[in-house]
Amino acid sequence: MAIVYERPKSLNGAPFTYCPGCTHGIITQQVAAAIDELGIVDDTICVGCVGCGGYIAWFMDTDAIYSLHGRAPANATGIKRMNPDKVVFTYQGDGDLASIGTAEIVQAAHRGEKITTIFVNNATYGMTGGQMAPTTLVGQKTTTSPYGRDAAHCGKPIRMCELLSTIDGAAFIQRVAVNTPGNVRKARAAIKRAFQCQIEGKGFALVEVLSACPTNWGKTPAAALDWIASDMIPYYPLGNFKDFQ
Amino acid sequence: MAKVLMKGNEAMAEAAIQAGCQAFFGYPITPQSEIPEYFARELPKRGGLFLQAESELAAMNMVMGASASGARVMTSTSGPGYCLKLETLAAMTLTRLPAVVVVVMRSGPAFGTMKAAQEDYRMNGNGGYKVVTFAPSNLQEAAEMVYEAFDIADQYRNPVVVMADGMIGQMMEGVDYDKMPPKRTALPPKTWALHGRGARAGKKPQLLFLPDGMGHYGAKHYCETQLYPEIIRNETRVEITDVEDADIVLAAYGTAARMCKNVIRELQGTVRLGMIRPKTLWPFPYEAFEQIGPKCKAIVVPEINIIGQMIDDVRIASAGRWPAHHVGDSQNDFLTPNRIRDKVLAVWEGLQ
Ligand SMILES: Cc1ncc(C[n+]2csc(CCOP(=O)(O)OP(=O)(O)O)c2C)c(N)n1
Ligand code: SF4
Repeated sequence: MAIVYERPKSLNGAPFTYCPGCTHGIITQQVAAAIDELGIVDDTICVGCVGCGGYIAWFMDTDAIYSLHGRAPANATGIKRMNPDKVVFTYQGDGDLASIGTAEIVQAAHRGEKITTIFVNNATYGMTGGQMAPTTLVGQKTTTSPYGRDAAHCGKPIRMCELLSTIDGAAFIQRVAVNTPGNVRKARAAIKRAFQCQIEGKGFALVEVLSACPTNWGKTPAAALDWIASDMIPYYPLGNFKDFQ
Repeated sequence: MAKVLMKGNEAMAEAAIQAGCQAFFGYPITPQSEIPEYFARELPKRGGLFLQAESELAAMNMVMGASASGARVMTSTSGPGYCLKLETLAAMTLTRLPAVVVVVMRSGPAFGTMKAAQEDYRMNGNGGYKVVTFAPSNLQEAAEMVYEAFDIADQYRNPVVVMADGMIGQMMEGVDYDKMPPKRTALPPKTWALHGRGARAGKKPQLLFLPDGMGHYGAKHYCETQLYPEIIRNETRVEITDVEDADIVLAAYGTAARMCKNVIRELQGTVRLGMIRPKTLWPFPYEAFEQIGPKCKAIVVPEINIIGQMIDDVRIASAGRWPAHHVGDSQNDFLTPNRIRDKVLAVWEGLQ
């Protein structure tokens, strides 16, 4: 019998700690599969962040470090500059990257830091119990926007791909989602290309992945996937914002 | 090499390069900016990496990444920037990553002023960690301390801080780089350094968060009960002068201690003065105070701050045996040898 599907070899086999129905699991798996396909597991260094996704550092069969909240791009800078021939990637949530760590991500892109960032946008702070993030949609109820996010009070959600793609040092920027099998395949291809960008020394690369947090959205896993399509994608258009030759 | 005349900040940067510092990440702030400027000039010529970060926060996290990659790495700053580095410094004591942090103290709180000060004695991140903290009193010593700091950081896998005051950073003095302390041998190999698992025997992946095989509490418990006591035993440094038959003992570090030496000379024949000069602020040399002789009536603690910070440790070391008197300021009436002299004489008269 032929094997048509198996766990990526770049995962160490530790059971994922993500909630049932959380798409962090799918994204982590796509990252590992991309590393498998590129054959770079021996040369990759994973920089985990603070947040649910930070546990990726415990799941990868690569070298890894756990970095402070928002600072993964700076940490990865130190690692990459000392290991210019290795592949260094950060895996960050939207609280981590688009709130406390905006300076670090913008400046890593501005320096054209040759790292790859996987940015998981689930429109909330997952790990701390579903507070409002800069990516929370207008009207979306969270524990710190209990009446729904009010644009007059705290602005409209930030679009990081659009912002980062204005920076010269950013060589590859794409937004994907993992709400359907087709989108998962596109996400994998984008993640692979973001690693390729680094391997070819082109500059900073980021893939934003629209992701479900059923636990804090108060939705079933299936309804959470539907909400990505009905509410998130219209505000956060999928597609490539910047590519390299 | 004979003595070279250098500015303190440059002397410390040069010492770091001679100690094998491979990377420096920093951010401009007075009175330490000559340190990143020196590295920016010298490191590219000497095979190292200089990178100006977007903030002290980012600089320290770059330091953490470079250290995790096995490099000898340094950053420097002053009080407002040191605050921003503390979360990462604390993280590095947990993950056990070596690095050297030079703090050239200025007057606070926060932006404060550019004036030299000794106001960051108590500045610490969260979680009760400890780091060896050197306090140089002249430029030769500043260079030697920075040089040795790299070995100490590697030996214990723990960051080392060099707390210089703004005077040490800004003044010029001769420094002899032939007189650097001996290199420590048998430093533990950095088997944990991140270069991809392919670089490691058996391709074993390395996760850097806690030392291998330890849980969070275990790692903390090990540091507090074993590592820190070992550092206290091995690395406590102090200069003790004539305390056995002193009438009054001066306790001071850095530039304040330098001023004390003038006062001791000036008051010879008037009052017998001894001095305890901590060269490490942590570990603090509590035991030095046991050498104080029976004639001592008081301790005077000159510091470049308004009500005293190190004086608390002096009081702990004194355990009620001698009153401790602060003298100093960092703003209007800056600490001077004359102010120390006047304070000593006032205390002395009060004792008659
Ligand atoms: C300096 C600091 N502030 C706050 C926290 C608390 N904290 C832990 S996880 C987290 C939110 C993470 O949310 P996000 O980045 O969106 O990732 P997710 O959990 O949704 O994957 C916060 C605020 C922290 N660990 N450190
Ligand atoms: S809290 Fe949300 S983001 Fe975190 S693991 Fe659970 S579902 Fe995923």
